[in-house]
Amino acid sequence: MSEQSQSEAVKELEKIAEDIYRQIKEGKIPEMKIPVRTKNNIVFDIRHGVWKYGGNFGKRSAKKLDGAYMLLRTLYILDFIKEMIEQRKSSTLREMYYISEGWNEAKFHAQDESNNLVEDLEIVTRYMREDFKLRPEEDGARVIGNITINETNRKGVKKRINCRDDVGDSGYTIPYNVEREKIEFLDVDADFVIAIETGGMFDRLVENGFDEKERAVLVHLKGQPARSTRRFLKRMNEEMGLPVVVFTDGDPWSFRIFASVAYGAIKTAHLSEYLATPTAEFVGITASDILNYDLPTDKLSERDVDALKAELSDPRFQTEFWTSEIKAMLELKKKAEQQALAKYGLDFVTDTYLPEKLSDMGIL
Amino acid sequence: MADIAESLAEKQKEISVSEFFERNRHVLGFDSMPKSLITAVKEGVDNALDACEEAGILPELYVELKKEEDNEYLIVIQDNGPGIVRKNIPKVFGQLLYGSRFHAIRQSRGQQGIGISGVVMYGFLSTGRPARIVSKTKGKSAATEVVLRIDTKKNRAEIIKEDVLLWDEVEHGTRIEVHIKGRLIKGKQSVYEYLRRTAIVNPHTRITYVENGTKYIFERATEILPRSTVEIKPHPYGVELGTLIKMLKSAKNRKVKAFLTDEFSRVSSSVAEEICRKAGVDPSKKPAELTPQEAKSLHRAMNKVRIMAPPSDCLSPIGAPLIKKGLKNVMKEYKPEYYVPPVTREPSVYRGNPFQVEVGIVYGGDLPKDRPVEILRFANRVPLLYQQGACALTHAVERMNWKQYGLEQKGGKGIPSGPAVILIHIASTRVPFTSEAKEAVADIPEILDETTKALKECARHLRLHINKLQKKKKTSEKFVIVRKIIPEIARKSAEITGNPVPPIDRTITSIMGVLWVDDDAKYSKNGYDVSVKVINYTPKRLRIPLYLDIEPEVVESMEPQAERDGRGLRYDLDLQSTEELDIKLRLRLEKGEYSMDIYTDKINPVLVVGADPLPGDWDIEAEKVIVSGAEVSGDE
Ligand SMILES: Nc1ncnc2c1ncn2[C@@H]1O[C@H](COP(=O)(O)OP(=O)(O)OP(=O)(O)O)[C@@H](O)[C@H]1O
Ligand SMILES: [Mg+2]
Repeated sequence: MSEQSQSEAVKELEKIAEDIYRQIKEGKIPEMKIPVRTKNNIVFDIRHGVWKYGGNFGKRSAKKLDGAYMLLRTLYILDFIKEMIEQRKSSTLREMYYISEGWNEAKFHAQDESNNLVEDLEIVTRYMREDFKLRPEEDGARVIGNITINETNRKGVKKRINCRDDVGDSGYTIPYNVEREKIEFLDVDADFVIAIETGGMFDRLVENGFDEKERAVLVHLKGQPARSTRRFLKRMNEEMGLPVVVFTDGDPWSFRIFASVAYGAIKTAHLSEYLATPTAEFVGITASDILNYDLPTDKLSERDVDALKAELSDPRFQTEFWTSEIKAMLELKKKAEQQALAKYGLDFVTDTYLPEKLSDMGIL
Repeated sequence: MADIAESLAEKQKEISVSEFFERNRHVLGFDSMPKSLITAVKEGVDNALDACEEAGILPELYVELKKEEDNEYLIVIQDNGPGIVRKNIPKVFGQLLYGSRFHAIRQSRGQQGIGISGVVMYGFLSTGRPARIVSKTKGKSAATEVVLRIDTKKNRAEIIKEDVLLWDEVEHGTRIEVHIKGRLIKGKQSVYEYLRRTAIVNPHTRITYVENGTKYIFERATEILPRSTVEIKPHPYGVELGTLIKMLKSAKNRKVKAFLTDEFSRVSSSVAEEICRKAGVDPSKKPAELTPQEAKSLHRAMNKVRIMAPPSDCLSPIGAPLIKKGLKNVMKEYKPEYYVPPVTREPSVYRGNPFQVEVGIVYGGDLPKDRPVEILRFANRVPLLYQQGACALTHAVERMNWKQYGLEQKGGKGIPSGPAVILIHIASTRVPFTSEAKEAVADIPEILDETTKALKECARHLRLHINKLQKKKKTSEKFVIVRKIIPEIARKSAEITGNPVPPIDRTITSIMGVLWVDDDAKYSKNGYDVSVKVINYTPKRLRIPLYLDIEPEVVESMEPQAERDGRGLRYDLDLQSTEELDIKLRLRLEKGEYSMDIYTDKINPVLVVGADPLPGDWDIEAEKVIVSGAEVSGDE
């Protein structure tokens, strides 16, 4: 996010505007090409071991009302970003959404629309939104474990933080920017990283001292993890050589959380090589666990069933492990939460379940 | 044995018709309290309209309903018809099966001669009170007043009082007052609704209705009386054997052949000969001397020989212009967006009886979108409020596939739903009702067929209209694109790239590619301000005519000036690509009266949005219909 990358990003953005300008000047109907952002257009990148967008492009044309609005909004966003960079300001995605209220015809009707359009711009320009001076809301995902980092705070001062000893019970909060100029990893004394879906389970592992007992770094995913959380996991994995395991509920939505950590999310497939940790492994609840541990369950809802079926045709889940687990869950018609393990006592998860699974994987 | 027979014979009294109907009053439409009121009003109104039309008088009706005691009402029906001569009053009101229409073959509301006497009888049965009739014929200085009830055993009027009285405020007419048990309800089966519907199909009638002191006026929408109908002789195809035998017996003709040609319609002498030959009957035999066997074969032969359809001047359809006027007159409150051009089918025949079907559809506006469409059924200009499900007119609607015409229909069958009202009128010398209460039309194949054809013809126009709406919606999206968004995109992209704003004409024409016509009308102070925007969004210069289908007489001002042409106005457009023309008109029209079709010519219709190709009948002046201040008003 250096000044240089910012001015290059501006150049790329200007190219979009120039292209639209040229089309009108030539008397054409302006349009913009953007990769199709669905599971039907992701391909496996062997070199990086992640899933990325394939070669299918969609046209966004001013011939249709929706397309015309999108082009106009794109221009407004470009202009807005240019102005921010010139004035050395930045804004959150939410702020930009509210600012668009003043853009007349170009205003957005939901924040999803503006967020998506920013992602489109990332894809087309091959720069990241941070280069556009746009950032997400602070989402406050937490870390506890014996890892020491250097964070450059807002006054430009480097702060050395040990994520176990220098923090309270809620841990170290991951900022939205986790790039090198902001965070440096100094030292680690742990064997692996465990990323946990729910806050309740994260707290359980903290209370049971799982980090010290098993030499683990605990990361709270907070549902579908933010980019910075995924980037943080990837850097710990690559730079500190820590294996990553993902511990989630046993339902289709949790499987998707794992996929986005390990293989890349469909929405951000243009950044997969930068966000995904291909060696991450799943220690979450599976259909087999429900049977093996006789866990308390809920019935799959109609939406759950549809989601599972969709996963069967999602290229990211085409492994033997996933197809057999998804099919087993469809047959069982049941799902279970990770906290269902408490059926056997509060220590069961840290004393029995995780040690069993992790040693099967060769991590413990 | 003989004893028993005799004692039975003693008990076998003649059951008079009145007695029969007293026991079977549902047949006459008095089977429930709310219905009794409507039936009574209906019989009186039917007769009043029949009488006025026959006498060539524009009907002026006064109907009043007043609550007297619990569930007891006074009904007053007064007309400005020819009146009834004194000696006939007891028969008309006090004797069932007395009527002037039973044997006449022409279109009228009354058919049976039981209508009004049935009301008098039911009134007496339910309240014990007699009816009062006042009638005055033309040229008479005084009116006759008769108070009477029906002696049901003798089927005869029992006169309680007869008098002569001055009735100066009317020149001629009849007033009936009956007391009757009933209940007043609101909604689809109310007296108000009955009169409202009567007004739709009788736009030549002015009705004043007073319901417990509240006054409603249904104004006339036209001063033209329906075409008066000609009485015709029976058609051979329609005659029943019994009727034929009676006719033969009383025939004054000397020969069967002459009997056939004189007493029936469409029987020429060659047709008569053919009937006799087929029947094996001597054409010169005396009609009264035919054996029953011969009468029977004559009857059979009459139905076998090919005979021309009966003449149709015995029918009086409402006609498309007046159906539209009538509908507009009473549908205004819903601000419908489209009155589908009504369809009047050519006359047709069932079992020798001429009949004719008409259909009108009203669409859009504030009509409810997600409910079954309302079907307004009429027979000889009389609204049918009951037995919708048993009626051939409904069945014809139900068996059509409405989806292809733009209305929703679950399972492709049944009454469609959507913001529409369907009017169906059948006119006939003899409407085949399913019962004496005249509530539903019987399922006669010929009638179902004709109704279906009329519905389809009308529905085709509806579909065209709905298609046009959809096309308009699509193009109005494009309109937003080219008017608002493309200019913004051009401006903004120029701003970001630091270039001058580029011309957008070519981009715009390749998005639109049509001649765009859009009209907008606003009512203000006794007239409409209309603006018509015409924009050439094709890539080429256009020099073509544009026509406005509006009577030049109602145009108060226009800018720019147009030529009079055909039945409306013509503009000779000459527009460069992306050039536009704004036309401003001021029209002197009543509120709700505005409708103006726009046409173009000499251009491929797919290149035009908002205007239709010029119709073939543009040069023919529209049928002149007199407009009056038609308004439905209600005041306390
Ligand atoms: N208001 C009226 N003015 C003039 N003549 C009338 C009036 N009302 C009834 N009549 C005459 O009285 C006759 C009997 O009327 P009634 O209603 O009983 O029978 P209808 O109208 O002939 O047949 P339907 O039973 O179908 O109504 C009519 O045929 C008509 O000649
Ligand atoms: Mg009658």
